[in-house]
Amino acid sequence: MTTTTPAPAALGRRRLSRDLRLTFAHFRAQIIEVVRTPVAVIGNLLFPSIALLFFVVPQQAVAGDPVLATAATAQLSAFAIASTCMFTFGLGVAEDRDKPFAPFLRTLPVGVVPPLAGRVLNGILWSFIALVPLALVGGLLTEATLSWGRLGPSLAAVVGIATPFTLLGLAIGYSMSAKAAIAVVQVTLFPLAFAGGMFMPPEIFPRWLDAISRFTPTRGARELFVSATTGAPLEPVFVAVLVGWAVVFAALTALAYRRDEGRNYR
Amino acid sequence: MTTAPAGSNAATALAGSGEAAVVDVRGATRTFGPTVALDDVSLTVEAGQLVGLLGPNGAGKTTLLSLLSGLRRPDSGTVRIFGGDPRDPASRASLGTTPQETGLPDPLRVGEVVDLVSRHFPDPMPAGELLERFGLGDLVRRQTGSLSGGQKRRLAVALALVGRPRLVLLDEPTTGLDVEARHELWTALRSFHSEGATILVTSHYLEEIEALAERVVVVGQGRVLADDSLTNVLATVARRKVLVRLPDLATAQAVSAALPAVSEPVAEGDRLAFLAADADGLVRHLVRSDVAFSDLEVRGASLEEAFITLTKESR
Repeated sequence: MTTTTPAPAALGRRRLSRDLRLTFAHFRAQIIEVVRTPVAVIGNLLFPSIALLFFVVPQQAVAGDPVLATAATAQLSAFAIASTCMFTFGLGVAEDRDKPFAPFLRTLPVGVVPPLAGRVLNGILWSFIALVPLALVGGLLTEATLSWGRLGPSLAAVVGIATPFTLLGLAIGYSMSAKAAIAVVQVTLFPLAFAGGMFMPPEIFPRWLDAISRFTPTRGARELFVSATTGAPLEPVFVAVLVGWAVVFAALTALAYRRDEGRNYR
Repeated sequence: MTTAPAGSNAATALAGSGEAAVVDVRGATRTFGPTVALDDVSLTVEAGQLVGLLGPNGAGKTTLLSLLSGLRRPDSGTVRIFGGDPRDPASRASLGTTPQETGLPDPLRVGEVVDLVSRHFPDPMPAGELLERFGLGDLVRRQTGSLSGGQKRRLAVALALVGRPRLVLLDEPTTGLDVEARHELWTALRSFHSEGATILVTSHYLEEIEALAERVVVVGQGRVLADDSLTNVLATVARRKVLVRLPDLATAQAVSAALPAVSEPVAEGDRLAFLAADADGLVRHLVRSDVAFSDLEVRGASLEEAFITLTKESR
């Protein structure tokens, strides 16, 4: 395009900085859109705290024990992250694709990564927001605690959980219509959450269910967050499973994005 | 002047400068299920041309633009802009398009939308200058959801020009605008074209194509029916409609068979309608052959009617 030909390394750096700038531009526009019409996310934000309020807070055996209460809050927090990411992005993207602005953005000189990376950053941001009511309910109404030393690992765990589940939401959102996406998100999320021990601790699972559970992304997310908040040891296999799923979901998302030709055109 | 599909492309014969054509479509076919949206379409556009794509709704204009903007790929054939595949983002660095309809993200402010789009280009037009040019200077802080239809339409076209593109694709840019707004937009487009941009504009309004285009490509049922200068296409498309009562259908069919460029008769009310390039010739023929006709009426044919005859003739 330009008259001089810069060295490949410089070209690569320039492309990277451009992609980062564009990622941020998409991230920012996506935040503004959500912030100015916040109704969509509020329901998702509240469901996990309500579950905590009804199912954990009244059980004195759990709520009164710092370790059990923290673990219970943590597993619902992992669910809150997964649900926020999958609903907001699975549905959000499918709905966006019905609008004419989405295909327009795709005609701009930008590749797959910046718009999708912007969405992942958004998933991370909304996950942090989704944890605020849970932290309040858990912290004020149960014995759950988070020491200063566990704060860093916990924040990092949010990023580690939000990323694969946003990608899963995106893969669904780019593959089907909004109507189909809401059904698929529900059918995927709730069984996965149950099997992953986000509602009931996996310690009470029968052996066969535990064996299946170990390969689900939700179990990986649950173990990661429980370990990050309580300091309990984390089996490395769960990290590997979570990372593996993240790679699979990223590939599915990129594939669905490339194959997507919008639905508004004829 | 005959109706010449693709291939014989007088307006583009001057290529040969070694540089890739701005638009180069070869044998592009695209189907959607059972519908053939584009059927073996070829089209070359050289730098600096202002080409009108004219055709009825459903002719394949939008599908052709979606191939050129990289949104879709053809089932067969090749599509190139600036010599590259439009599916590759780098090929789209000098491309400008508009959102379909007036589809803008409602919650975003005008300035925010322009900012998001302009960040994708190396040397974008300053937002202030761009918005002034389209009479939107006062609306920077307004959310796009609160704009009127005309303002949205103007913003949509402005978005196509943010990146100082060398190729602009406009799909029905003035649909829904009042006459004054339409003329303002045409003026803005002509001025942008005079700065050297290549523009491809679709419309099903003949008036719009007359006001903008130098070269006209007529598309119907997914195929290129005519590709020529504005004057020549206007002559092809200009048809007269002759309504007349005739003794029987056989007589009518004999009339259309005897004359070139006269369509098959179609019943309209209790009369028969012909579309003719030379309506006077048709009337002379009726008189000369002493056919017992009555209730003769000659009037201009609509563009839609003209397209139907073009489509039939090219078969």
